[in-house]
Amino acid sequence: MLMHALVAGGADIIELGIPFSDPMADGPVIQRSSEVALNKGMSLSKVLNAVSEFRKSNSYTPIVLMGYANPVEAMGYKAFAERAAAVGVDGVLSVDLPPEEAAEFVAILKAKAIAPIFLVSPTTPASRLKVIGEMAEGYVYYVSLKGVTGSANLDTDAVKLRLAALRQHISVPIGVGFGIRDEASAKAIANFADAVVIGSRMIEEIEANPADPATGLQTFTGRIRDAVHQARS
Amino acid sequence: MHPNDLSNYNLPDAKGHFGAYGGVYVAETLMAALDELNREYEKAKADPAFFDEYRYELKHYVGRPSPIYHAKRWSEIIGGAQIYLKREDLNHTGAHKINNTIGQALLARRMGKRRVIAETGAGQHGVASATVAARYGMECVVYMGSEDVKRQSPNVFRMKLLGATVIPVESGSKTLKDALNEAMRDWVTNVDSTFYILGTAAGPHPYPMLVRDFQAVIGEESKVQMKEMAGRQPDAVIACVGGGSNAIGMFYPYVGEQGVRLIGVEAGGDGVATGRHAAPLTAGRPGVLHGNRTYLMQDENGQIIETHSISAGLDYPGVGPEHSYLKDIGRAEYTSANDTEALEAFHELCRYEGIIPALESSHALAHAKKMAQNMEKDAILLVNLSGRGDKDIATVADVSGISL
Repeated sequence: MLMHALVAGGADIIELGIPFSDPMADGPVIQRSSEVALNKGMSLSKVLNAVSEFRKSNSYTPIVLMGYANPVEAMGYKAFAERAAAVGVDGVLSVDLPPEEAAEFVAILKAKAIAPIFLVSPTTPASRLKVIGEMAEGYVYYVSLKGVTGSANLDTDAVKLRLAALRQHISVPIGVGFGIRDEASAKAIANFADAVVIGSRMIEEIEANPADPATGLQTFTGRIRDAVHQARS
Repeated sequence: MHPNDLSNYNLPDAKGHFGAYGGVYVAETLMAALDELNREYEKAKADPAFFDEYRYELKHYVGRPSPIYHAKRWSEIIGGAQIYLKREDLNHTGAHKINNTIGQALLARRMGKRRVIAETGAGQHGVASATVAARYGMECVVYMGSEDVKRQSPNVFRMKLLGATVIPVESGSKTLKDALNEAMRDWVTNVDSTFYILGTAAGPHPYPMLVRDFQAVIGEESKVQMKEMAGRQPDAVIACVGGGSNAIGMFYPYVGEQGVRLIGVEAGGDGVATGRHAAPLTAGRPGVLHGNRTYLMQDENGQIIETHSISAGLDYPGVGPEHSYLKDIGRAEYTSANDTEALEAFHELCRYEGIIPALESSHALAHAKKMAQNMEKDAILLVNLSGRGDKDIATVADVSGISL
């Protein structure tokens, strides 16, 4: 299974996507992967089953489910949180539930000891950073650029400046994602972020090796891990 | 506020909620832009010069007020209630859409944004956006599902004539909802320079409120004109509902008038029982899509399902959140007309009144006919004729087996 390949390659946390028919904040790669998954009958329920399967041989790698609100709503916040806790989910990131709309869901997640993960963007004002800092658990996901997932306009210096400002309001670790594609960008970001988050580039790796996606994924993850370790040493 | 006392109806609340509906369900990157839009709109509302200019443009550029017309001959043939038509089809660009695009373009100009983007289904909102962009000297990019680009080629050419760039969208079902996704993605990426002119009273707050306020001129004029023409308000106002902007523009000024029934007509497609339709208020359930909580067409896993309608403008799986609220409190009623019924009403209005209606508006006409048959001759129905049908003649020829 691909999740084990990520762990073997050195991933510390796995963000597992819940496919949605209308992924408004995602670029073409994740849109395509959602379409493929849905066409093959993937659903939130089956994502939870996959976590359960993974947990049979790995009890230690944190798993964060990531997706849009509607599939979770359709299952029901409570029913979802119960099943997620039961199969061993550690955190949930709902892309289109900003703090303003998330109060009920966050309370339900926290009651099940699941961390609500929030996004922070280059445009988030200080007043909202404070609110997010108070609600967030686990880590905060800093969206490194104005754009959708998989974009190419990453500005490392801007991210560095911004992270310093974020840390005044946010005490949990900060991961940085959107636009990290290779060892160089991972290393640059790892110089000041607590984690680098890679999504679209991982999916491309899977697409490029249809016969044996696990090997390619593990190799790529290993290269990123080495780059991050270099930045830290 | 007690739901039965609507004399002080004043929604949405500060966070954009209409009861359980509406809100701001978007990724963090858009929150600041929506806050800014909301603040700027509040400032514009407090500035008399803003609405003076808006009204001036509606009068001299759009041709408002649009008349109300008593469809006497058609009413006579149906043999019941008197049907009146609010003639939004006579507006510049041929539909109600321009009321909103002028308002939003003036707002964009106030905010110093030189680039506007829009989504479009049938192309009416795209044309109305391209029109105002030309009028105010702005760059305009319109996202349109590649299926709709094929179905509505004359409107694509109109947009290009007006100087807009039309980008076909290949993702998902390649229709309106996917065009909206793509417009949002553009906005996230170019948020500093770009104003998103959303075409219907849906999306994240403040759009449902903004679009409603700019379309409310339809109902405001109607209240004055009905009094002049018929000496009283109608027994019911009837409008088609896709996203619901023409309907909310008609309904909103009438919400406090308890004697007037508000009736929204969704697209029944092949018939609601077949599942092949676009009637979320009639047959869907609440969920979250495109930035707001509202009634949706979705499967049991919360995935949005494909819609079907003869009219591209109603082919949308969601609906403006205020309609969801008005439905739940019982102030407005929602029903559907299927493709066949809409086509029949289309032909009748052509033949008996010399008016070619848009296929969207034909759904409202079809329901008006159904109602009128069982009403007294002194009863009055007011239908919002939201657009003209020139854009639809190829579709109608196609279903009639005629090659143009």
